[in-house]
Amino acid sequence: MKILVCVKQVPAKDSPLRLTEDSTWIRDADLSYETNEPDAFALEEALRLKEKHGGEVVVASVGPARVQQAIREALSKGADRAIHIDDDSGSKLDSFFTAQLIAEAVRSEAFDLVLTGLQSDDLGFAQSGVILAELLGLPHATIIMEVEVIDGRLKVKRELEGGWFQWVEMPLPSLLTIQSGINKPRYATLKGIKAAKTKEIRRVTPAELGVKPDEAAARNQLRRIYVPVKTKKTEFIEGPPKEAAAKLVEKLQREARVL
Amino acid sequence: MSNAILTVIEQQQGKLNRMSWEALAAAQQAGSHLSRPVEAVVMGHGVRAVAEEIAAAQIGRVLLVEDPLLRDYTPDAYSLALLHVIAAEQPRLVLLPHTYQVRDFAPKLAAALQRSFLSDCIGFHLEDGTLVFTRQLFQGKMNADIAFACDPPCLASVQAGSFRADQVAMGQRPASIETLTVTIPPEKVRTKPLERFQEAKRTVDLAQAEIIVSVGRGIKDQENLPLIQKLAEALGAEVGGSRPICDNGWLPMERQIGSSGQTVAPKLYLAVGISGAIQHLVGMKGSRTVVAINKDPHAPIFEVADYGIVGNLFDVLPALIEEVNKAKDH
Repeated sequence: MKILVCVKQVPAKDSPLRLTEDSTWIRDADLSYETNEPDAFALEEALRLKEKHGGEVVVASVGPARVQQAIREALSKGADRAIHIDDDSGSKLDSFFTAQLIAEAVRSEAFDLVLTGLQSDDLGFAQSGVILAELLGLPHATIIMEVEVIDGRLKVKRELEGGWFQWVEMPLPSLLTIQSGINKPRYATLKGIKAAKTKEIRRVTPAELGVKPDEAAARNQLRRIYVPVKTKKTEFIEGPPKEAAAKLVEKLQREARVL
Repeated sequence: MSNAILTVIEQQQGKLNRMSWEALAAAQQAGSHLSRPVEAVVMGHGVRAVAEEIAAAQIGRVLLVEDPLLRDYTPDAYSLALLHVIAAEQPRLVLLPHTYQVRDFAPKLAAALQRSFLSDCIGFHLEDGTLVFTRQLFQGKMNADIAFACDPPCLASVQAGSFRADQVAMGQRPASIETLTVTIPPEKVRTKPLERFQEAKRTVDLAQAEIIVSVGRGIKDQENLPLIQKLAEALGAEVGGSRPICDNGWLPMERQIGSSGQTVAPKLYLAVGISGAIQHLVGMKGSRTVVAINKDPHAPIFEVADYGIVGNLFDVLPALIEEVNKAKDH
């Protein structure tokens, strides 16, 4: 099975988010980055499918030079090679653009299966995977918690709301978006890290792929970003732990009357 | 050309998903901002009753699209049907509830239309005659205001709880229901949905709990869970958890609170070491009193908390357990 996994690099969960002066994005210099969590589960699922059915795992990532760190991590865990789509312009607020870049970069390779995380922890559109399926003409299923390959077809477990699930059968090739928690992602081994150094990373640019960033700008217009105004007034209880705990209990008894 | 605001109604096995009313409330608000009529589309097979339910709202008309291939949801059939509807009706804006099903087909539909889809919006307002949508970034730590720059029809979905179902204006008399026929070639439907099921019968019903102590990543290790259990015991509470905790197997899945788990609304909800990703917040924001204990003062959980303690839970919890026990003795 030839499997493509799309991996995104996102600001680390505990990274400080500060606005740029014109309030159109956050300050890049303050940030540290990590692999988007659902994408790590997608990669693990791809590696397991390869171990079971043989084949190849290829990683694709869109972003500036720093995303090579996420790519190296994936290669260290066992991906065979990578495609880095070097872009720092239009992918920020347009999933269509991101999906278009990946579609054009992989169109000539016949992948049996494409896996993505179900959404990104930074923008959270939850769209790139599904759009990519449409652009590549593939059937898709989202929020997947189990993948079985039976006689050249897929049987996948889709998560629905409120604790419900559904089995879906579909042909290959297909695209699946993977839910966090589907497996336990492995750590890279020292051997893996060493092996990754010689693995191929193909770098391509949007211009080489014939995808124009200004088309992305023509779909959405970002007016501003800002720290949300609180709708509920939170009373912060200060002081050392013992004092704060005592005050909280008193408030829950006297003010909120819930104890 | 109708230029209307088209609301996509969701139903399962003939039962209306109540988030559809929230989308309809959003559509009515957008309609009044833009002075455009509001319409709704119901898709399925044998779902006239759902259309009739929606027709009670104050809207222009309800479009009813029925086909055997729309009985069980598939992204292919739903996208194809909506492509027909959109081509025939030329709406200005398509509004959808941000459900798992909408997440599954709406990006595909937007891509087929080559249009933008602003997913998971929490509101919108008017700026110079243009509708500007607000959506969350970085797990709720930032908001972005975004306007469509593309030609209509544009698509947007609204987050659960962002608009109130009970604010839908009802009509004097039922809106007209118009049947639309679409052609869905069976070979275009590539996925085959099988049965829906629940993993295991629930032994705890968190929805009935009066007090819930809920734990998140901040607990760091399974070994630290007894601290949470002790607090829950002291309060007479049930223990719940955020998704990562249940994914790790530290708590059974039936105790997961959030969009993929249970929705709860207890009298008192204590969120311990939970940052408050939106998927968690939608499952608990109906709680009467919310207490959050977290080391990050900017954690989104404080957005919905009545009382907050910024600090290390390993310092705060032992003190809190002691104080709760002390208070009980009096």
